[in-house]
Parts: sequence; structure tokens; C-alpha cells
Amino acid sequence: MRRLVYLVPLTVFLALAIWLAVPLLEGRDPSALPSALIDQAMPSTDLPGIPGRARDASGLTDADLLAGKPILVNVFASWCLPCLAEHPLLMGLSDDGVTIHAINYRDDPADSADWLARHGDPFDRVGLDRDGRAGIDWGVTGVPETFVIDADGRIRYRFAGPLTPAILDRDIRPLLASLDQ
Amino acid sequence: MRRLILVFVLLLAVPALALEPEEMLDDPVLEQRARDLSLEVRCVVCQNQSIDDSPAQIAADMRRAIRDRLVAGDSDAEVLDFLVDRYGDYVLLRPPLRPGTYLLWFGPGLVLLIGVFGVAWGLRRRALKPEPDPLTPEERAAVNRLLGRQTDGKDADA
Repeated sequence: MRRLVYLVPLTVFLALAIWLAVPLLEGRDPSALPSALIDQAMPSTDLPGIPGRARDASGLTDADLLAGKPILVNVFASWCLPCLAEHPLLMGLSDDGVTIHAINYRDDPADSADWLARHGDPFDRVGLDRDGRAGIDWGVTGVPETFVIDADGRIRYRFAGPLTPAILDRDIRPLLASLDQ
Repeated sequence: MRRLILVFVLLLAVPALALEPEEMLDDPVLEQRARDLSLEVRCVVCQNQSIDDSPAQIAADMRRAIRDRLVAGDSDAEVLDFLVDRYGDYVLLRPPLRPGTYLLWFGPGLVLLIGVFGVAWGLRRRALKPEPDPLTPEERAAVNRLLGRQTDGKDADA
């Protein structure tokens, strides 16, 4: 019985090791921040449009975001290479009938109009956030970022970084399907 | 003398500011409050630098957001709440004391206490252990016999 005392440090060590190893092995990004905006109402948004944009030159307002159905909000910029990497996935979602609005973060409107004309335009409305103020309101730490907004205008999900097919299949598509019911 | 001058000149050197002159407010009182708040806020892309130190674009945006709020008449606490609402407790370089952060604040003290008690317990146990009774002459003879020594009652190699 006395001898069991000596197992205490070993047990504590093993518990600690497992607790620390699990997130490491899951491949979680330690620099990824939890979002403070999850389940909060989306920030009030009123952004001008991109004049040269072919699909729709009007801006992004609260009325667009409160569409009465779940939507995606993507934060992108023409100077952002990871945005280009995730772009085909957004095109695919748009083709599937998902409404995607965008915040064009710290960008030149002529550049982003060119970029959308060249790579395809999956976005319903695009609001230009020239000086990054809307970015602060949305708690954006970098581009790209993607939010899922439910029919009541609450933020239900945020992903920072380029989307991948795995994230779409694991998180975003099931969430959209469950919110759509 | 020259060395002394050199020392004083080196003491005058201050780190370069990340803050750009055009960011600053005209009102020196508000500007000082903005600087003090900036020291409390962590840059969200550089892990452990205040936005006062960080040259990152997002840090400049956050500094501007602080100044916007101050000009709008917010108190210091309201400005920090504004940022915490958007970025979470993570942006505070000094995390708030609340049940969720007790482990963070008191964990090191707890570990120290456990260590102190562990060491005290071990030392006490050692001090309390009774000295074994000395060997009887019969036992000593038996030991010597087993070790193949002379049986004169004294250690052969003593």
C-alpha cells in the first residue's frame, strides 16, 4: 500500500503527457486563436462595393447578411496568395447554390475587380474594407477567413486560413445543411 | 571621461517606435491613454508582442481602433472590452482573473506548494525512521560465518 505512493509521480506524468500529446498529434495549429465572435450577432456592416466588379457592384450591408438563410462570409484580398488557393472551393460552393458574401480586405478596388474577373467570381455581394476597419469589427487576424452566418444573423463558425476540401466536408457543409433545416 | 560620455550616449538610445507619427492624436492626454492601452494589448499575429511594439499592419489597425474609441469618448475599460469582444481574452497581455483563468494565475503557486509539501513529507519520514537495533553477538557471529571471516566477534576488515 505504501509502495503505491511511488506511482503517483508516474501517473501524474502520464496524464500530463497524454493531455499535451493529444492536441499535438491531432495536428492542431497552436497559433490558431479561438474566435470570440462565435454565437454572437454579426458585427454591423456597411461597406461600399467595388465599382469595376462585373457581377454586382453594390456594397455589403446588414440587410444582405440577414438573408433569412445560412450564408458564408469570406474575407479575401487580391494580394493574398492563400485566397487564390482556396478560391476554387468557393467557386464550387457557389455552384452548389451556397450564398457567399465577401469582405475585400485592405485592397485596391481595381485590383480586386481584375482578380475576380480573372479567377472567377463566386461572391454575391462584395464589400470593400479599404482601411481594415471592418476587419477589426469582425475580429479578423489575417486573410483569408471564412464565417458561417445563420438565418438570424449570428456567427456560427469561423475558419482562419485557406479552406481545404477536408474542412468543407468536415465542418462547413454539415453546418450549412443543419442550419438550413 | 570619454568612456563615461559613451555610456551616457548609449543610455540615451531608445527602441524605435512602431507607432507612426500620423497615427498619433492631437490631444496629448488621449494620446497618452492610447499609448498606455496599446501596451496592454497583444498583437494578434505576433503571439507575444504588444500592439505598441508591433510593426504588423493589423497592430496598426488595432492602434487606430483604440484611438477611434477614445475619441468617441470611451473609457479605458470600454476600449479594452471593445477589443476583447472581437478577439477574446487573448488580446490582453494581462489576462483577467476569473474562474476560467484561476489555473493560469494560481497554477505555479500550487505546483510550488505541492513541491514544498512533498519535500517536507520526505524529510519528516527520513527523520522519523528509527535506528535499527544493533546486532546481537550471535547475529554478528552468524554474519561473519556466512562471510567466511574469523569468529572473534570483531569485523575482520575493521
